[in-house]
Amino acid sequence: MIHFENVCKNFDGKQVLAGVSFDVVEGEILAIVGPSGTGKSVTLKHIVGLLTPDSGTVTVREGARIGYLFQGGALLAWLTVRENVSLPLRETTKLSEDEIARQTDEALKAVGLEESADKYPAEISGGMVKRAGLARAIVRHADAVLYDEPTSGLDPVTAQTIHRLIRRLNAEQKLTSVVVTHDLAGACSFADRILMLKDGCVVLVATPEEFLKSDIPAVREYVIASKGEL
Amino acid sequence: MRITRETSGENLFSRIGRAGRLMVESFAFAPHVLLNRDARRTMLFQLYSTGIRTLPVITVVGLFTGMILGLQVGLALRKFNQEMYLGAAVMITLIREMGPFVTGICLSACVGSAMAAELGTMTVNDEVAALEIMSIPPVRYLVAPRMMALLVMSPILAFYACILGVMGGGLVGYTQLNVPFAQYMASAMSIAELKDLFTGLLKAAVFGVVIGTVSCHEGFETKLGAVGVGRATQRSVIISFLLILMFGYMITRLFYFDF
Repeated sequence: MIHFENVCKNFDGKQVLAGVSFDVVEGEILAIVGPSGTGKSVTLKHIVGLLTPDSGTVTVREGARIGYLFQGGALLAWLTVRENVSLPLRETTKLSEDEIARQTDEALKAVGLEESADKYPAEISGGMVKRAGLARAIVRHADAVLYDEPTSGLDPVTAQTIHRLIRRLNAEQKLTSVVVTHDLAGACSFADRILMLKDGCVVLVATPEEFLKSDIPAVREYVIASKGEL
Repeated sequence: MRITRETSGENLFSRIGRAGRLMVESFAFAPHVLLNRDARRTMLFQLYSTGIRTLPVITVVGLFTGMILGLQVGLALRKFNQEMYLGAAVMITLIREMGPFVTGICLSACVGSAMAAELGTMTVNDEVAALEIMSIPPVRYLVAPRMMALLVMSPILAFYACILGVMGGGLVGYTQLNVPFAQYMASAMSIAELKDLFTGLLKAAVFGVVIGTVSCHEGFETKLGAVGVGRATQRSVIISFLLILMFGYMITRLFYFDF
């Protein structure tokens, strides 16, 4: 579904990605972990074309519809949750009002936000904002969803709800998911594979079990540092 | 036009180029704004926030500009016993220059700064990037309705400021310089030509487009969080002020200077 081949990226002379290569298989959940500033979010932005590589290639399956959940939700403050979710349908399709309403309700139901649909983003909690952002990401029947720190700033219980939601949506909607997170314990609970980035390089791509047992020093160090969560 | 593009150059010319493209593209989306129901609704809201919300400020500024002009010019004319020409002097100054100028300054301070802050906040909060990922052009969704609203409201507000200014000048003339109001108005109407009115309105329209372009461009160029939003707001007001002065001079020279 998504293929990175030797991708390099510099910002103001600082190398953020140094030859990153990996594949995301259709239907899987790939979690990208690693210390801050190692290029995790930059990697996601390359997939949707917000950034272009200095060298190397990023290939996404042709015609694939990609949804993106930003760290802060990125909802438009002057629109209600329902209006935010229906925005991509309203602005980019010629669907009837009834069809837009039906698909919007479907997306809201998938993330469990029917009750808060008529509230404004400022009137709902951080977890609900993320769920609303997720509903907006999937409303156009996305093939893949990219999550940028979906649980940052959330309490552990809400974070767990979001993790379960990622897993459930991936299965129910037959999505492919790439999740950038700092939460290794969370990643182990929902991801099929975990990719670790450090200093702009891929250190390891492995299943959660293999990841936790890895002998690679950088991975061990990261796992030990995350021990409290695990 | 990609808004959340990577920096394609920070020098003056690349910034001017990006601002120019933003302006051209927003006009290219004008038919969409007029034909699409949601976009029309957004434009109506922008018309309201551009026009109605700035009305109190424009009222005070227009009235007092006319009163100051009336007093200064009236005192000068009194030295030559020419107070009967007060209306003409106030009218010509307001309609050609001061009406559009004070309107531009008020719009830049009240509306342009708010636009830069709003779009700047949206940029740093990834809302603009989110629109692009959803295949919704930010220029179409955010800029075009604001630009259209400024283009329409700026001349209307400038005309309103001129009327109030002329009334303010007449009030000062009548109460402090003993110029009968009827004589003042007769003098004012005798000098006003259609060319002056259209030049003044054209200036105001150009100022509206300048304010819209600068404010939206500065908003989209925002970086560095809240500090960046503050800087973008400040830059939008400063650049708009400077461009209003420059374009004001150029339009006056174009229409009133015999080459």
